[in-house]
Amino acid sequence: MADVVIASQAKPQFREASAWDQLKHNRNWLGFWFMLPAMAFLIFFLAYPLGLGIWLSFTDTRIGRVGQFIGTENYEWLWDDAIFWLSVFNTLLYTFVASALKFAIGLYLALLLNENMPFKAMLRAMVLIPFIVPTVLSALAFWWIFDSQFSIISWSLKHLGLISQNINFLGDTTWARICVIFANIWRGVPFVAITLLAGLQTVSPSLYEAATLDGATRWQNFRYITYPLLTPIIAVVMTFSVLFTFTDFQLIWAMTRGGPVNATHLMATLSYQRAIIAGQLGEGAAISSAMIPFLLAAIMVSWFGLQRRKWQQGENND
Amino acid sequence: MSSVHIRDVRKSFGNFEVLHGVTIPIEDGQFVVLVGPSGCGKSTLLRMLAGLENITSGTISIGERVVNNVQPKERDIAMVFQNYALYPHMTVADNMGFSLKLRSAGSDEINKRVKRAAEILALTPLLDRYPRQLSGGQRQRVAMGRAIVRDPQVFLFDEPLSNLDAKLRVAMRTEIKELHQRLKTTTVYVTHDQIEAMTMADKIVVMHDGIVEQMGTPLELYDKPENQFVAGFIGSPAMNFLKGHVRSNGVATFEGPNGVKLPLKSAPTASDGKPAVYGVRPEHFTIADDGAEAEIVVVEPTGSETQVFAKLGGEQVVAVFRERHQFNPGDKVRLKPDPSLVHLFDEGTGKRLNA
Repeated sequence: MADVVIASQAKPQFREASAWDQLKHNRNWLGFWFMLPAMAFLIFFLAYPLGLGIWLSFTDTRIGRVGQFIGTENYEWLWDDAIFWLSVFNTLLYTFVASALKFAIGLYLALLLNENMPFKAMLRAMVLIPFIVPTVLSALAFWWIFDSQFSIISWSLKHLGLISQNINFLGDTTWARICVIFANIWRGVPFVAITLLAGLQTVSPSLYEAATLDGATRWQNFRYITYPLLTPIIAVVMTFSVLFTFTDFQLIWAMTRGGPVNATHLMATLSYQRAIIAGQLGEGAAISSAMIPFLLAAIMVSWFGLQRRKWQQGENND
Repeated sequence: MSSVHIRDVRKSFGNFEVLHGVTIPIEDGQFVVLVGPSGCGKSTLLRMLAGLENITSGTISIGERVVNNVQPKERDIAMVFQNYALYPHMTVADNMGFSLKLRSAGSDEINKRVKRAAEILALTPLLDRYPRQLSGGQRQRVAMGRAIVRDPQVFLFDEPLSNLDAKLRVAMRTEIKELHQRLKTTTVYVTHDQIEAMTMADKIVVMHDGIVEQMGTPLELYDKPENQFVAGFIGSPAMNFLKGHVRSNGVATFEGPNGVKLPLKSAPTASDGKPAVYGVRPEHFTIADDGAEAEIVVVEPTGSETQVFAKLGGEQVVAVFRERHQFNPGDKVRLKPDPSLVHLFDEGTGKRLNA
């Protein structure tokens, strides 16, 4: 009797692991299962629209009509389109000027807010205001501020006796460009300032003390300590800033719709106008796709900018 | 090199005074250690000497010059920080040469001086590395190298060894002392570790709650602590304190807790029945037939010596023996303090009573 009992316990039932068991327990498959939801999101909402956009740019699709593959005809057409080239110029100008000023002002504000001063917490919160107001709302406010008849700026200057006639802010090509760039800077500075401030706060105060004892002036403290230690953050924040500015749509559309005489048309707004308003989906998609090389270039610049700093890596070789 | 004079220096943060009039003379070439528990004001004093904190009142002079209103960079001092404060984006060589670069020294001059400092500290193979690629002890040496390169009047050290592991700390202690013997630069060193203070200092300044409790050579402080705080702070394991009364009728003795009789070499004048604190260092106990009876609680052998915790008159005391006694918990032994080495303190003020 006893033998039988022991024998049955000593022989547990082994079975071959099935393929399904492996899918459930293999580490690599497990990782795959966990990645699946994120991958699905990225594929459906990012990769698919991007692929579709690029495909559309090679067709003559219009709203209400399935298009046919026409090769690079859309791009050839755009190559000879002066308005397209104007929008490219506008976008580059807009991105370059706005990003440079956002960086300068943002860095200045960050350095200022990093100092000890009264109401520091409140001032830091206030800097964020332009960032939390919905873009369209702030664009509408700017639309009124720059209105040709009711502009508060023109009104003030007139009452100060500095001008005799209203300035046609959004009606004049140069003024319109200045105005939209100004609005973009106003909106974008908080992001740059707060991110750089976060970066500044990671710099150990004892480094400044050491540098002060080493004989550094305030400027040398910035030049030799703050700026080099901030470069990784600057690279990231400016990449994002450039990408957001380059693809800006809302501000322009709410303020000028690309006018006057296409002077503020960016590639994004031109694409929308051609594709959605005019119904030429293929051509609009081609304009959008033409932004990709510029954006890739911007990413590459910051990527290589981030790579170079050896001091950040902790590798222990000679 | 230079002497340093700290005269009646006070420091307040708002209405809160952290230093209550501190006077410390430091001779040219001396190695002075400021030691005390956290919050005693020793680091604040060092930072005032460096020029990183304002001086509320009093004067600090380096050499003949009062430096109260002199910018840190004009004071000709170099400081080693607790976290080393190495510039993470600069190589070891650049870290060490930074101060010279700011003073627009020529690159030949910078190279020469960095190389010399690197040789002194055995850093030559590491000159091209970044701080991240160094071990704790190497970073510590770079921080010192940065100070040496400047060839300053005074070196300041702010708890430089507290981030190192125990073994490295002992090694670096010797290294810093050796460096000082070689360079003979006036050094002010802050630590909370009394062993560091004892082993390194020419002169120890014991600070507590913003005042100087005592200053003197390590052995002066050990042999004749001026008050109960210094007596308890210097020495490891710490001195035993027993409360009781002085008896000076006939043979001077000390009546400890629960009437236990302890020997005194001589009683302070007119002190019969005076309440006092009897201090005896663990290493000054011997086992003797005429000692006071004590019951052993815990025995901790370390090899070279044995620490014995015992109840003496109901109070726990610790004794250290270099001989290997066979003790077990619960054993009764007779502990006798060496009467010529005991300390007597006023119970109220903590001041030393015996000569």
